[in-house]
Amino acid sequence: MNWDWSAVADFMPRFWDGLLVTLQVLVLGSLISFSLGLVWALGFRARSRLVRWPVHAVTEFVRTTPLLVQLFFLFFVLPEWGVQFSALTTGTLAIGLHYSTYTAQVYRAGIDAVPAGQWEAAKALSLPRHRTWLTVILPQALRRIAPALGNYVIAMLKDTPLLAGISVLELLQQSRLESAATFQYTEPLTVIGVAFVLIAYPASLLVRTLERRLVH
Amino acid sequence: MTAGLWQNWVLPGIWITLQLLIASAALAAAVAFTVGTARTHRSRTVRFLAGFYTEVFRGTSALILMFWLFFVLPPLVGWQLVPMWAAILALGLSYGAYGAEIVRGALNAVPKAQREAGTALSFTPWQRLRLVLLPQAVPEMIPSFCNLLVELLKGTALVSLLGVGDVSFAAYLVRLATQESGGIYTVTLVVYFVIALVITRSMKALERRGKANLGVVAK
Repeated sequence: MNWDWSAVADFMPRFWDGLLVTLQVLVLGSLISFSLGLVWALGFRARSRLVRWPVHAVTEFVRTTPLLVQLFFLFFVLPEWGVQFSALTTGTLAIGLHYSTYTAQVYRAGIDAVPAGQWEAAKALSLPRHRTWLTVILPQALRRIAPALGNYVIAMLKDTPLLAGISVLELLQQSRLESAATFQYTEPLTVIGVAFVLIAYPASLLVRTLERRLVH
Repeated sequence: MTAGLWQNWVLPGIWITLQLLIASAALAAAVAFTVGTARTHRSRTVRFLAGFYTEVFRGTSALILMFWLFFVLPPLVGWQLVPMWAAILALGLSYGAYGAEIVRGALNAVPKAQREAGTALSFTPWQRLRLVLLPQAVPEMIPSFCNLLVELLKGTALVSLLGVGDVSFAAYLVRLATQESGGIYTVTLVVYFVIALVITRSMKALERRGKANLGVVAK
């Protein structure tokens, strides 16, 4: 085995570029999945079956099919429908949509865990529906589910390399470009593999601490 | 899409996907039970090593692990894995790490008195694990394993990036051949959805049976 530190040094400029894109996808993807997930979760609780049933069907379908295929679907099919996005935008949308179906389950569990007495109290005070949600239910639910959402952000981080499949210049794609240019495979791939562990492990410790503080 | 594309690419692709799923699930289960029980071992060194394995393999991305096994390992050890084996190894090792946490959690959830009862009967640790702890822990693991199996199924799509001819790769070829994406990618998504449905249904049945054996009524 021959490990070449100069190959690592050569890779670093691309590495930082890739990391920036990865983090950008992560932040925007999280925002999309957090907000869309809440929409799904409210859809689960809708009074009309005509809303509930399609929401269940769509989220179940998105959740049990591979993100990679969804990426290709959006990347190739949207232009056929006349909607043209960049690879980066498509990738961010796909990852946000995919993970929104997970966060929806988290929201649902969090909302279900709010004691029934809180709903009754809001009703007794004759609070309007939107105030019941915004000032009574959601603040209590969000506190419990923040750690679980954090776990999905970490999972999302580990799925960002899939975007290399549609040529988004995130970490994996940068390492592939580097390898294609220099024929060095070992160093760039190992560097990004280690980088993922170095980001994901402290992040999971952070989520665990958060869980202890907020939930218990 | 013509019948030829369907017969030559999509159907064999589905078969490859199923093979990948079964082989990597078997490897993942072996890893999960080994590492998961190692995390409840008496020796601190064994616990540390098992914990280290779990954190590293859960920390990195399955796709990067797959690329690493395929591109980095050959110059390192001097032999090359065929893409299919690199894929099975990467999927089995990383999903096994997630499974290890499920096994550990379920073993820890078995009431402590059961463990003590095993000791009181002077069972060896192995007998205690096999006769007392696992029979009670396994039905607890099934719902989580069911989720993990669906995740693993979705993970198998990654192998198409290594050029393994699974159903995702078949979709890619069909798209190139027909210049149309909507149909084939919809079909592919539905194929995964149906496989996932079969998995969740059969795991539900398995859970009911496992719990019935323990005398617990499943929901």
